[in-house]
Amino acid sequence: MSLLSGPPRVITVGAELLGEALDAQAVPRTAVAWRPPLPGTAGALTRVLLDPRRAAANERAVRRLTAARPHLAGVRRAAEALDLPPRTFLHAGPPITWDRASGPMRGALIGATLLEGWAADEREANDLLADGRIALEPCHHHRAVGPMAGVVSPSMWMFEVRDEEHGGAAYCSLNEGLGKVLRYGAYGPEVLDRLRWMDAVLGPALAAALRVSGPIDLGALIAQALQMGDELHNRNRAATSLLLRELAPALVEAAPGTAAEVLRFAGGNDHFFLNAAMAAAKAGTDAARDIPGSSLVVAMARNGTDFGVQVSGLGSQWFTGPAGVPDGLYLGAYGPADANPDIGDSTITETAGLGGFAMAAAPAIVRFVGGEVGDAVAATRSMYEITLAEHPAYQIPGLGFRGTPVGIDVTLVARTGVLPVVNTGIAGRVAGTGQVGAGLVSPPAEAFTKALAALTKRAAIQ
Amino acid sequence: MSTDEVVLRKGVYRDSVTLMRISKTLSDLDGVEVAVVAMATPLNLDLARDLGFELPAADPADLLVAVRGERAEAAHAELDALLSANAPLAAASDSEQPPLTTRSAARRTEAGVVLVSVPGEHAYAEAVDAVEAGLSVMVFSDGVPVEQEIALKDLAAEKGVLVMGPDCGTAVISGVGLGFANVLRPGPVGIVAASGTGAQQLSCLLDLAGVGVSHVLGVGGRDLSPEVGGRSANRAIAMLDEDPATELIVLVSKQPPVRPAVPAKRFVEASADLTATAEHVLKELGRPVPEWPAWPAWAGRTVTGALRGIYSGGTLCAEAGGVAGTGTFVDYGDDAYTRGRPHPMIDPTLRLEALAAVAEGDVVLMDVVLGHGADPDPAASYAHAIARCPATVVVALIGSAGDPQDLHRQAAAFREAGAAVFTSNAQAARHARSLL
Repeated sequence: MSLLSGPPRVITVGAELLGEALDAQAVPRTAVAWRPPLPGTAGALTRVLLDPRRAAANERAVRRLTAARPHLAGVRRAAEALDLPPRTFLHAGPPITWDRASGPMRGALIGATLLEGWAADEREANDLLADGRIALEPCHHHRAVGPMAGVVSPSMWMFEVRDEEHGGAAYCSLNEGLGKVLRYGAYGPEVLDRLRWMDAVLGPALAAALRVSGPIDLGALIAQALQMGDELHNRNRAATSLLLRELAPALVEAAPGTAAEVLRFAGGNDHFFLNAAMAAAKAGTDAARDIPGSSLVVAMARNGTDFGVQVSGLGSQWFTGPAGVPDGLYLGAYGPADANPDIGDSTITETAGLGGFAMAAAPAIVRFVGGEVGDAVAATRSMYEITLAEHPAYQIPGLGFRGTPVGIDVTLVARTGVLPVVNTGIAGRVAGTGQVGAGLVSPPAEAFTKALAALTKRAAIQ
Repeated sequence: MSTDEVVLRKGVYRDSVTLMRISKTLSDLDGVEVAVVAMATPLNLDLARDLGFELPAADPADLLVAVRGERAEAAHAELDALLSANAPLAAASDSEQPPLTTRSAARRTEAGVVLVSVPGEHAYAEAVDAVEAGLSVMVFSDGVPVEQEIALKDLAAEKGVLVMGPDCGTAVISGVGLGFANVLRPGPVGIVAASGTGAQQLSCLLDLAGVGVSHVLGVGGRDLSPEVGGRSANRAIAMLDEDPATELIVLVSKQPPVRPAVPAKRFVEASADLTATAEHVLKELGRPVPEWPAWPAWAGRTVTGALRGIYSGGTLCAEAGGVAGTGTFVDYGDDAYTRGRPHPMIDPTLRLEALAAVAEGDVVLMDVVLGHGADPDPAASYAHAIARCPATVVVALIGSAGDPQDLHRQAAAFREAGAAVFTSNAQAARHARSLL
């Protein structure tokens, strides 16, 4: 329809007086609930929006993110699958040094040192790490992600997820279950015993089963799980069941001796699928990386001290702010005083349009994260305001099968002041404690405004 | 006993015009001396400090509420009612998320045009959202840098849409008035305007002569500058050339340095005298030229002084100054006067002060613009000041018979106050000159 072909319907943004003048003429209109952008961002916003590459770059980036076809291709040891330098551990979030690392991060690193047999006891492990004799690098720098502390040591088994659309690969460790586990910073004997069982039994069995089953389409499982009440971050019960249904026959064929204990372990852990979902999300966001001019967020991650984001048009540079303490419910006698600041790479699910962004799909968990069903719907609806697209395959039945909001745009975050909604587990502050609760957390706005400022430096000169 | 009550409210945002209206309503309450309700920008904080309020540290995103009076606390209760009455059109139900950007609004509705009136430094984001969504946009905001205007108009050319503005005060599209716009009968004249009030004068005179307009397309005051090169004027003329409802196209602009392409249809370029332009258009259409409605009056005041033009419309101010050839003319709609306050077509404060300051024996010439978006009852705002003014007052009343303020009632009220009233600004200027 051309502008002059009839009385137009009007969108108004700004002075309400001018909108009222349209109401007085009985002209149908949609009013934007506008407010000024985050303080100090007005100039940078306009410069980034003026970059002639932006619109096409963002369209391409979000198309690659949503077109990815993640398949679970195998289970391999980190030393063999990842490009790990010697004596190196990977960890969640942006880069961090031992002296700035939080309790759960230190606990997980100590546990991994003991697991690898590089130290005889906790004190020796502590010294090795404090002296920098074990190098620390972010998972994200090695095509990997890790939940909570996200510590990956060379012997650990990793899910290998291949993007059959673009040919990339992404990795995530195997989930240990809930309670006292390494990813929450626990490293007691039962933690290490479980990790040794995973090393000797779980990993080899899964690897063998996947060789029999062939690649499993994770995109299809995630799409189904969203329609069964999962949001793929704090609720993975449906997806875990769906994955086991695919794996069970192959497991029985490939590893008849251990299939029962493997199935019992995975079936007893509602979060078994989380790590596969994270690698699937990572495969999509990595496909959207390195598109010049794009303001799309390709990673959000926390190391327990800092919250960091990476942006498609800004390479592998991190933009950080202090990690916040989640607001949520606590296990047993734990309370907010026991909580560590936000930690983990699991925010890759939100980055890919799952987790908090898909809350409306998971009414069963809204009480767990302290709210009503209406809050979950409102959370998802608000995320459409800061995202570039609606996912073509991941849909929410309760919203009329609308696609999940996907592709966070730094400029939209700065313009609206709306920060990504993140669902998360809460780790204990003291090394060795483990999980103390779960809830919601707000990222620091400065991570996004710093990225915006960096985009102005890379903006093409007109 | 008079007390000061100062409160900062978090998470509340209303535009400056709305807040100024609320401040005025609160200040008028019994027991309230003064009330300032404004976003806590450095400018507004200074304003409140100048009034003697003690202020806590504030963030520009906070809403500052400062009230002085015997019943200051009553003003706070009233404020809640006013804020909720002035909330932006909220969505139908609580579960609906209102659109926070033009991009979001454009994704959810089949709109035809976007009206952007956010502060100029934020206008590009909303306008570019509209153009990227394939929508034409009117940018009412001023203070948008020229390179942003050019980028916007180049993108609009790619997308096949029209950018009206920035600093575009008027548009009428198929009878829908955007910004400051008069109620006009439909008709054969299409107007492309680099000047908002110029287009309003021309279209109102045509309407009074019984000739309607198809569309008024504003392009912004800078469109016909060498930098912008008439990007929108050319597009608007081409659109009207293709529009079946338009028979004749008029270009309204203050002597453009850049001349747009001439359309295939009959074409009139407005001269500095808009009344003469209206008459030219009527002759082109073979229509009779009427007597332009006027209500001359003799105020009974002797003229010994000078002519003072107190204007709200830039083009009207320039036209009157040119026709009169003498006197001091001030355009209170200029950016220099509108920073941090509403346009004088909405807010009479500055011109009331100017009226109070003229000397005995002077002649005051002022424009009063009617239509949607303008002061709902300008005669009520100015009549008292005109009646008390020691000078002779001549009013150029720019309006159509269909305007919500009621042209004839306004004319009668101004005349009652002692002013001579003309619907032609040029005639008003000649009359004022003749009094000297």
